[in-house]
Amino acid sequence: MQFHQHTLPNGLQVIAELNPAVHSVAAGFFVRTGARDETKGVSGVSHFLEHMAFKGDNRISADDVNRIFDEVGANYNASTGEEVTMYYAAVLPEYLDTTMELLSVLMQPSLGQEDFDMEKNVILEEIGMYDDHPSFTAYDTIMATHFADHPLGQSILGTKESIVALTSEQMQTYHASRYKAGNMTLVVAGNTDFDSLLALVEKHCGSIPAGQCDRDLPESIPKPALRLVTKESSVQQHIMQMGAAPKGTDELRYAAELLSVVVGDDSGSRLFWELVDPGHVDSAEVGYNEYDGAGTWMSYLGCQPDRVEENIAVMTRVFEDVNENGILQEELEQAKNKVASRIVLRGERPMGRLSSLGGNWVYRKEYKSVADDLKIVRGLSLADIDALLNQYPIRMSTTVGVGPRDQLDLG
Amino acid sequence: MALKPNSSGCPKNTGLRTLVATKSLRETDQCSTEYPQSPADSALFLFNPKEKMSSQKFESFSLSSGLQVVVESMSGVESAALTLMIPAGSVLDRPGKSGTAAILSEMFPRGAGQLSARELSAAMDNLGLQRSVSGGVGYMTLSAATTADRIAEAIPLIASLITAPHLDEEQFGPSRELVQQALSAIEDEPRQRLGQFLRRCSYSPPWGNPAEGSLVDVPEITLQDVQQHYSSFICPNHAVIGVAGNVIAAELQDAVAAAFDGWIPKDVTVPDTGDVEASPKHVEHDSAQTHIGLAWETVPYRHERYFEAWAAVSLLSGGMSSRLFTEVREKRGLCYAISASINTQKDQARVFGYAGTTNERAQETLDVMVAEIRRLHEGITEDELQRCKARAKSTLIMQQESTMSRSSSLARDTLHLGRVLGLQEIRSRIDSLTVDQVRDFALEYAPNSMVLVTIGPDALGASCLKAAVPAV
Repeated sequence: MQFHQHTLPNGLQVIAELNPAVHSVAAGFFVRTGARDETKGVSGVSHFLEHMAFKGDNRISADDVNRIFDEVGANYNASTGEEVTMYYAAVLPEYLDTTMELLSVLMQPSLGQEDFDMEKNVILEEIGMYDDHPSFTAYDTIMATHFADHPLGQSILGTKESIVALTSEQMQTYHASRYKAGNMTLVVAGNTDFDSLLALVEKHCGSIPAGQCDRDLPESIPKPALRLVTKESSVQQHIMQMGAAPKGTDELRYAAELLSVVVGDDSGSRLFWELVDPGHVDSAEVGYNEYDGAGTWMSYLGCQPDRVEENIAVMTRVFEDVNENGILQEELEQAKNKVASRIVLRGERPMGRLSSLGGNWVYRKEYKSVADDLKIVRGLSLADIDALLNQYPIRMSTTVGVGPRDQLDLG
Repeated sequence: MALKPNSSGCPKNTGLRTLVATKSLRETDQCSTEYPQSPADSALFLFNPKEKMSSQKFESFSLSSGLQVVVESMSGVESAALTLMIPAGSVLDRPGKSGTAAILSEMFPRGAGQLSARELSAAMDNLGLQRSVSGGVGYMTLSAATTADRIAEAIPLIASLITAPHLDEEQFGPSRELVQQALSAIEDEPRQRLGQFLRRCSYSPPWGNPAEGSLVDVPEITLQDVQQHYSSFICPNHAVIGVAGNVIAAELQDAVAAAFDGWIPKDVTVPDTGDVEASPKHVEHDSAQTHIGLAWETVPYRHERYFEAWAAVSLLSGGMSSRLFTEVREKRGLCYAISASINTQKDQARVFGYAGTTNERAQETLDVMVAEIRRLHEGITEDELQRCKARAKSTLIMQQESTMSRSSSLARDTLHLGRVLGLQEIRSRIDSLTVDQVRDFALEYAPNSMVLVTIGPDALGASCLKAAVPAV
C-alpha cells in the first residue's frame, strides 16, 4: 500500500493509495461544493449540476458518456451533499485512461439548454420520489430547522419552485465559480502505478481552469425547536432529533464515532436494547455527522404514533445516563471490535477506500491508511469519551416529526 | 444512493448513514442484473495476461447430516465471510400465518445454547462479527463477516444460533411486535409495498408470499407456530454454507463439523400452490409519485437459457446506456428511478420492472416502458450486447474484492444449481452469447401477458398491455 500526492499547475490536487493486490481501480473527483455554497435563488443547483455533468461537452455527448462508461464496464455514479459533490468510477486497471478522460469531461460539461430543460424533469421526479420517503422528509426538515439561518440548512434537492425557476445561465455562473481546479481533489485507490496515473491526469485534467474558492464558515447557534410535518395517511410516526457535536476538524470526532456505536448502533447498542429489542420501535439509532466547522448528533426513531412520547422519553433517558455516567470499559472494547472489523472489510475494496481517502483530504488535508485508522480506534480510551461528553453531551435541541401527529408533548 | 464520505475512520452500519443525505445521479441499489449472478476467476477475465492475479480455489465437503459446505480461499483479503442458507422462508408460512418465518428470523439471535440474547450479541461483537439473519421468501439466510483470523472462533456462535435458539415466550412478544412495526413502516414506503403486491400478482401462493409477513396475520401467530416452523423446516439436509476469504478449507472443516454436529435432517414438503392474485391491480395511496410495477415470465437461474435471459434484461436495464434508461429517462425525462431485473426462484422466475413518476406523467411512462419491452427483440446491435458483457465481466472481477458477495454467491449457486459454476464456463458462456441468440430468446419469451401493479392517487389505463405480441 503506497500513498502519493501531487498538485497540478492549475491547482488540482491528486492523491492516490495504490495497492497491487486488488483487481480494480477507483477514481473520483471530490469537488468542495454543495448545497451550503449555493447563493439565494439557486437552491438545488449543486445537485442539478451533478446530473448535468453527465450530459458531456461538445466533443463527447450525453449518449457517449453513458455508452463509454458502460463499454468499459464501469461502476460509476455521482453524489451531492451539503459540502461535497463527488463523481466516481471503479474499473479494471486497463480502462483507467478512458475513465480519466470521461471523469474530466464531467468536470467541464457544456451545460446546453436542451439538456438542461430535459434534465429538469428528472430532477423534479427525484424530488417527488423523496417526498414519498418520510425519513428523507424528516432529514430535509431537521437540517433546515437545526441550521436555520446557517448555510448547512440549505436543501440539497431544492424545492419544486426553486428548480422550476432555475436557469441554465445561473447554473453556468455557479459552475464557473465552484468548479475550479483548486477546489477539487482527484482521489485514486487501487491497482495502478503513480507515474502512469500522473501522465493520464496531466493529459486529461490540465485544462480545468485554475483558481481557489472560498466558503463561509459561520458558527452555528441552533435554537431549541420542534417542527411537525403532518401526513395523515402515514402509518408510523418518524422522529428525528439533532444536537451539537464535534466539528469535522475536532480530534474529538473519533470518540464521537465510537460513542455513537455504543449508544446508537443498529444492533447491540444501548438504544437497541432499550427500544428495538423489546419491539417498541421499528428502528432507533443515533449517529455522528461531521461538517466543515460544525457537527451533529442525529437520532432517528420510527414507531406507532400513539407511543412517540414514551419512546422519546426512553431515548432521552439513555442519552442522559451516558452524559452523566459515561460508558463501561467493556462497551468501549466491544465497539472498538465492531468498528475495527468494519474498517478492514470496507477497506478491501478500492471503492470502499475512495470515500475515506477523499473525505480525509477534503476536510483535513490528511492521509490515513487502514492501519492508521485501526490504530486510532484501538487507542481510544474512556478518558477520551469523558472529554467528549464534557464538551458535547448527547443532548438534542431540535426535533422533527413526520407522520399523523399534529402536536407532540415533549415535556 | 451513495453515502456521504465518512472520513473519520469509524464506519457505522446504521441506516442513518444513508439519511445523511447525498443525492445521486442514479440509485445504485436499483441497478439490475450487473452480472449473471455467479462466481468468477479473475485470472480468466484479465485483459492483460501479465498481471499477477490469484486464481480461484474452491473446496467443498458435506457433513453426514447432509449440510453442504463450499469454501473459497481468496488472496489479497484479510477478511472472511460466511453465508448460511436454509430453504425455509416465508413460502412455508401456513395460510393465515403469514409472517411466521419473519418472526423466527427475528428470534434466532435472541439467545442460543448457554447464552442469553445480550451475551450472544456481546460475544459476536467482540469478535467483530458483522451479521444479519433475514427471512426471505424461499430461504432463511444468515450472513456474517469478520477478519479471517476470527472466523473459526465465530463458527460455533453462528451454529448455536441456528441449531440451539431459545425461542422462548419472553422473546416471542417483542419479536412479533418488531415484525409488526416493520410491516407498519412498509405501509409508509409505497415502493416497497409495490414490490409485495407485484409478487402476489406474479407468483401463485405460497411463492408469492411476502417475506415480511402480513399485518392481518401477524397478530394471530403464536410462539407454537414459530417453534413448529423451526422444528419442521430448519434442517441441514437442504442447507448450504458458503465461506469465502483468507481461509483454508481443511482448517475450517473440523470447526464446521463440530459446530453443526447434532443438527438433525428432516423431510420437508413444500405446500401446494393456490391461485395467483388478479391484475392489473391498483392500490390507492396519497403519494407524490405513481409507482409502476410490471412483471413477466422468464427462465430461472438453473435454466440452460438463463444467460440469454440475463442479456435480454441487461439490454433493457443494464447500465445508463440501456434502453429503458435512455428512452424513458434520458430522452423524455419521465422519471428518476427506472429498472428491470430478474427475480429468480429455483424453478420459476420473473422480470420485475419498476418506475416511479409524478402522477400526470405516469400514463406516458407506462406506455413507453411497455413499448420498449415489446420491442426488445428489435434492432439489437453487437455493440449493445458487448456493453452488457463488459459490465458483467467487470462486476464479476470486482466481486473478487468482497468476501461477503463471494460467500453468498457460493451458497446461492450451490442451492440453485447443485454446484458452484465453473469459471471457465461462465466466461465462455458470456463470451459466446450472440445477438441472434439474445434476439431469439427475446422473441420466444416475449411476454404474452404482463402483470401491472400501480400505487398512487389514480389507476392507469392498461390498454398498452394488450398490444400484439410479435410472431416468432
